[in-house]
Amino acid sequence: MADTTKAGEPTDATPNVSDVRVAEVKSEEQAVAALDEHVDRGEPILQVRNLVKHFPLTQGILIKRQIGAVKAVDGISFDLYQGETLGIVGESGCGKSTVAKLLMNLERATAGEIFYKGQDITKLSGRALKAVRRNIQMIFQDPYTSLNPRMTVGDIIGEPFDIHPEVAPKGDRRRRVKELLDVVGLNPEYINRYPHQFSGGQRQRIGIARGLALNPEVIICDEPVSALDVSVQAQVINLMERLQDEFNLSYIFIAHDLSIVRHISDRVGVMYLGRMAEIGTDEQIYDHPTHPYTQALLSAVPVPDPDAREHRDRIILTGDVPSPANPPSGCRFRTRCWKAQDKCAEETPLLAIPERFKSSDSPAAHESACHFAEEKDVVHAA
Amino acid sequence: MPEQPPYDSEGAVAGTGMGGAMDLAASEATTLERAPGGPEGPQGPEGPGGREDAEGAGPAAGRPRSLWSDAWRDLRRNPVFVVSALVILFLVVIAVWPSLIASGNPLTCDLARAQDGPAPGHPFGFDGQGCDVYTRTVYGARASVTVGVCATLGVALLGSVLGGLAGFFGGTWDGFLSRITDIFFAIPVVLGGLVLLSVVPGNTVWPVVGFIVLLGWPQISRIARGSVITAKQHDYVQAARALGASNSRILLRHIAPNAVAPVIVVATIALGTYIALEATLSYLGVGLKPPSVSWGIDISAASPYIRNAPHALLWPAGALAITVLAFIMLGDAVRDALDPKLR
Repeated sequence: MADTTKAGEPTDATPNVSDVRVAEVKSEEQAVAALDEHVDRGEPILQVRNLVKHFPLTQGILIKRQIGAVKAVDGISFDLYQGETLGIVGESGCGKSTVAKLLMNLERATAGEIFYKGQDITKLSGRALKAVRRNIQMIFQDPYTSLNPRMTVGDIIGEPFDIHPEVAPKGDRRRRVKELLDVVGLNPEYINRYPHQFSGGQRQRIGIARGLALNPEVIICDEPVSALDVSVQAQVINLMERLQDEFNLSYIFIAHDLSIVRHISDRVGVMYLGRMAEIGTDEQIYDHPTHPYTQALLSAVPVPDPDAREHRDRIILTGDVPSPANPPSGCRFRTRCWKAQDKCAEETPLLAIPERFKSSDSPAAHESACHFAEEKDVVHAA
Repeated sequence: MPEQPPYDSEGAVAGTGMGGAMDLAASEATTLERAPGGPEGPQGPEGPGGREDAEGAGPAAGRPRSLWSDAWRDLRRNPVFVVSALVILFLVVIAVWPSLIASGNPLTCDLARAQDGPAPGHPFGFDGQGCDVYTRTVYGARASVTVGVCATLGVALLGSVLGGLAGFFGGTWDGFLSRITDIFFAIPVVLGGLVLLSVVPGNTVWPVVGFIVLLGWPQISRIARGSVITAKQHDYVQAARALGASNSRILLRHIAPNAVAPVIVVATIALGTYIALEATLSYLGVGLKPPSVSWGIDISAASPYIRNAPHALLWPAGALAITVLAFIMLGDAVRDALDPKLR
């Protein structure tokens, strides 16, 4: 691609992520076997390194000429540990859903690696890729378009078994589907119904059952409750938490609702314009944010207490999000940041623990991509 | 529930008249929609009972159901489908064995009785050449039904395969195919027929069928391409891909059933126009030529005498209209049965 690395820009913007133990595989059989290995709780299961996705912008009808690229995801790195939930938040258009598609291999990454159990899944194909798909599944945002309207619930949930026949013997599949319906809290008798006979929350449960069918280890949830109303959101979130404990799942939970992300996540990453702005445990991010963007985002969370609301410090950002086709130099957030100085335009801040917090063990010592990171408790500010 | 208005079982089954068991199942679906989506799910006392009734009417209880088996179950109960299917069956039978109901020879004519009205043994009267209209109408079904059915099948197959693949894979081939359809759209049908068919010798229906397929496939191909592109963007296709489904599986299980409805509608309407096109070409003298028997030839032959002998025109024209109507109704019923939301 054209200019993934500008002059003076580091190739890896995240210097202190854990090392990847790349698996030694020579044949497809070994690759498939390595993908079925057990990973202990707390060990990294999915490691994303410097992931880049640029969508080319072309001009011309017959002879297409690339005139630029939408930098939807521009070099992000993070780890997902076995059994944890990593929340990814950010406003619309910051690349959250593209990350989900890249992790599912539904889009080909422009650059960067995604290691699942030490194997780079962006380069897999054939049987090994199919084995990865058995282990990483996805829950979609809109329960109205994610279920085929012309298939019965039994066919929808049973389709994973048709594609991966080794998971369930043929005669056993219908029983498994009924079990899955039961697990997600639907009546197993509904197996012969069509999606349009269900409500939004019930449809999302069907989508979850389909995701669970293959016993995956990682589930990527792309705004799984945004299309549901609040009471149903709570039910679906609680169901997902119960399933996580029951089946020892790891979640990547993408959302724009900060309170839901806090409720379900162990760690949270904040994205802005294709980059990770800040990443840390939910306490670190919500109570001790150090990146100005996170602080602005958190100050917009509705507070139910009118007294606290009166006295709280709202940070209102000016301007719009810059176009991802032509992002600002240096720090992506500098065009809207009240702390921005010349350094921010010249030097890209690394996603690292800021110097000033490095020695302290306060919760503010977490990775934040800002030159002038400082702690500011916006949620409890009085 | 906030997302959808409650499922209106009355509106959904109006007119088609499902059986009592199906009504029970539909009312159960209403209660399902209205109940809160709690973890228990709505499991009213009438739930399992209604289901058993619904199952009892269909395949054995607990058997898996699929789109096609459900559609077939629905179609059998749909009077529109039953009537149009019987009409088409009848047409096919007389197209294959016209002598079953017409004992005469369509080419035996008696000029002395030209333009005569109905007579004993000749219920439809005589045409301008003194031939028996009844016998000719029955024998004419063969040419018209053959042209209509074969041309529609050819057009639908060729058009939906090419258009569907172009829409699914996109890219260079899509652009190439789109330009080719543009070229075919630019050929005027009647002029093209006059030029192409006048150089083809022989007096069978096959050159006509071939010509219609050649000029007809771009229309279906465009529609199939458009509906495949629409269906392709749905999340369930992404979900299937995320499960590791192959392209052929995605095309056949997910895209084809959701993209086929507009193709069926356009193809059945086109079937009528193809029968009419065969009549037009025969009228112009490049399709079937006498002594072949077809409704188009009879209609064109009778048109000069419409004031003296309207029966010679009305009987073949009526047969043509009923045939076209039957196919359109059949297509409509099949399309509705393939959409579970209308059930």
